[in-house]
Amino acid sequence: MTKSNGASPPRPQLEIDGVSLDFGGVRALSNVHFNVYPGTIQAIIGPNGAGKTSLLNCISGLYRPQHGAIRFEGRNIVGMAPHHIARLGIARSFQNIELFRHMTVLDNLMLGRHIHMRSGILSGGIYWGRAQREEIAHREVVERVIDLLEIQSIRKKVVGALPYGLQKRVELGRALAMSPRLLLLDEPMAGMNSEEKEDMARFILDVNEEWGATIVLIEHDMGVVMDISDRVAVLEFGQLIADGTPDEVRSDPKVIDAYLGREHAIRQER
Amino acid sequence: MQSGTFHTSYASDMALRPYWIQRLRIVIVLIALLIFPWFADRYWLNLANTIAIAAIGAIGLNILVGYTGQISIGHGGFLAVGAYTAGLMAVRLDMPMWITIPVASCFTALVGAFFGLPSVRLKGLYLAIATLAAQEIIIWLLTHGKLLGIGESLSLPRAANNLFGMPLADLGNNDFVFYWITVGCLILTVIFVSNLFRSRTGRAFVAIRDQDIAAQVIGVDLFRYKLLAFAASSFFAGLAGALTAHYRGIISWERFTIDTSILYLAMIIIGGLGSVSGSIYGAAFMTLLPALLSNLARAVSGFVPDINAYLPYIQQGAFGLAIILFLIFEPEGIVKMWRNVKDYFRLWPFSY
Repeated sequence: MTKSNGASPPRPQLEIDGVSLDFGGVRALSNVHFNVYPGTIQAIIGPNGAGKTSLLNCISGLYRPQHGAIRFEGRNIVGMAPHHIARLGIARSFQNIELFRHMTVLDNLMLGRHIHMRSGILSGGIYWGRAQREEIAHREVVERVIDLLEIQSIRKKVVGALPYGLQKRVELGRALAMSPRLLLLDEPMAGMNSEEKEDMARFILDVNEEWGATIVLIEHDMGVVMDISDRVAVLEFGQLIADGTPDEVRSDPKVIDAYLGREHAIRQER
Repeated sequence: MQSGTFHTSYASDMALRPYWIQRLRIVIVLIALLIFPWFADRYWLNLANTIAIAAIGAIGLNILVGYTGQISIGHGGFLAVGAYTAGLMAVRLDMPMWITIPVASCFTALVGAFFGLPSVRLKGLYLAIATLAAQEIIIWLLTHGKLLGIGESLSLPRAANNLFGMPLADLGNNDFVFYWITVGCLILTVIFVSNLFRSRTGRAFVAIRDQDIAAQVIGVDLFRYKLLAFAASSFFAGLAGALTAHYRGIISWERFTIDTSILYLAMIIIGGLGSVSGSIYGAAFMTLLPALLSNLARAVSGFVPDINAYLPYIQQGAFGLAIILFLIFEPEGIVKMWRNVKDYFRLWPFSY
């Protein structure tokens, strides 16, 4: 529950600075405060309704917090439009898969390259020449993502027809295709079996290590969270009740009361 | 032995028609289009021109409704903007069609983008009502168009129908000459729109249709792309309207009422939403159905002398019936039926 100022790596990549969010009279987030450092995996945990997804929505610009600042690489992004924030290098996946269902896997991933491409409506319609060269150049990037996530065999399949686990993977792929510097993952392993979870954890670690992306992760599987994350922030009823390394958080009595205790008790019963 | 089509470059993998049989089919269609006017009489040429113009308009509407998911019932109004812009330029400014048609299309694109502004805040049915307002405003302006000096109808000077100074009348009869213009415009439209939807802008349109929140988060500027979709859609509406004006030589607002908007919506629903070829099938279907019925009526008028009096009602009824039958039995339209046929023959004689 220590706020590490200066002790850890020099400059935080993402600063959540006193963020409060109200929906009418309901307070979803109140004065949330923590930092995410470059190249780390930061987990956010907490019971249902704690405000985890609301926080991600604030970061990606879908919600606008009433108070506080969110700084990405030193720049306040509160009030920026979502597409503008995406261009800064922040990508995300959603809790309930939000893919473009009627498009192929390739088209979904190519949409991830949208911010890096230039061709407009005219060069797109004429196609041969500039637009085609651009398509090919970015297809190569997309193929690297396809290789990393091992989805070669489904690249021409329509996304809506794929099984759930693969859709989750494609959604991660679409975010990766953006070549983000910060990747927000909202329950990437929800509803998966243990084998699929292992795969997903491997992909997340690969992305973090090989591509150097900072990762903010919401996850309910404590085993996974404790294994792969560098730091863990704990939310309860919109308030930050702990922020530290997995070991620090695990032994924090407030956290055990609020969340882990109950979870562990249920585990033990099984 | 080769067991399939294997692509060795991204360019060939991304081709519009990657298989030789698809290319062969296109060549056959193109040859048929080239031969047709030399054998067809003026009645069939007129039908072909009507279909080609309607197909351009339907492709335009499909960009907006089928691909971008923004419902519009103002398409008739946008056709009117194209037709009247071209018409007024020809009448007042003595401009030839090769200037009026492109200018009218671009102007309609601007008008469409303007009336697309509500789409930034409105979705679905609410947007549909907002575009209905566009339809009614445009028609109101035309019927109360004292400031434009338009009467009940507008006649275009024959002299306006020239290409780069060469009068069309010198090249053959009106239907024959316009066949090359309308079909040429349709082919260019098909190529442009097909390319659009395999590149960045078109993909962004489809992303907005499928999941607008995810589209924003991956960096698609909703405001910009929705307006762009309205502009692109209206551009082709304007093109279709301007072609109609020059082809018919006379335009009146009655051709562009809400009935027309609904007719175009029916075309893309029956043809296939989000499909370029479906727009053409739908346009052909909706044009040929009434023609077929009146031919039938003429054929049986010997036995049923009153049939001509009932013909308009029969045509309207058939129109409604066709929409209902398609919605029930093949909501994905003619393009899906055609795909089913192709799939059947791909595996024939085995059932799966």
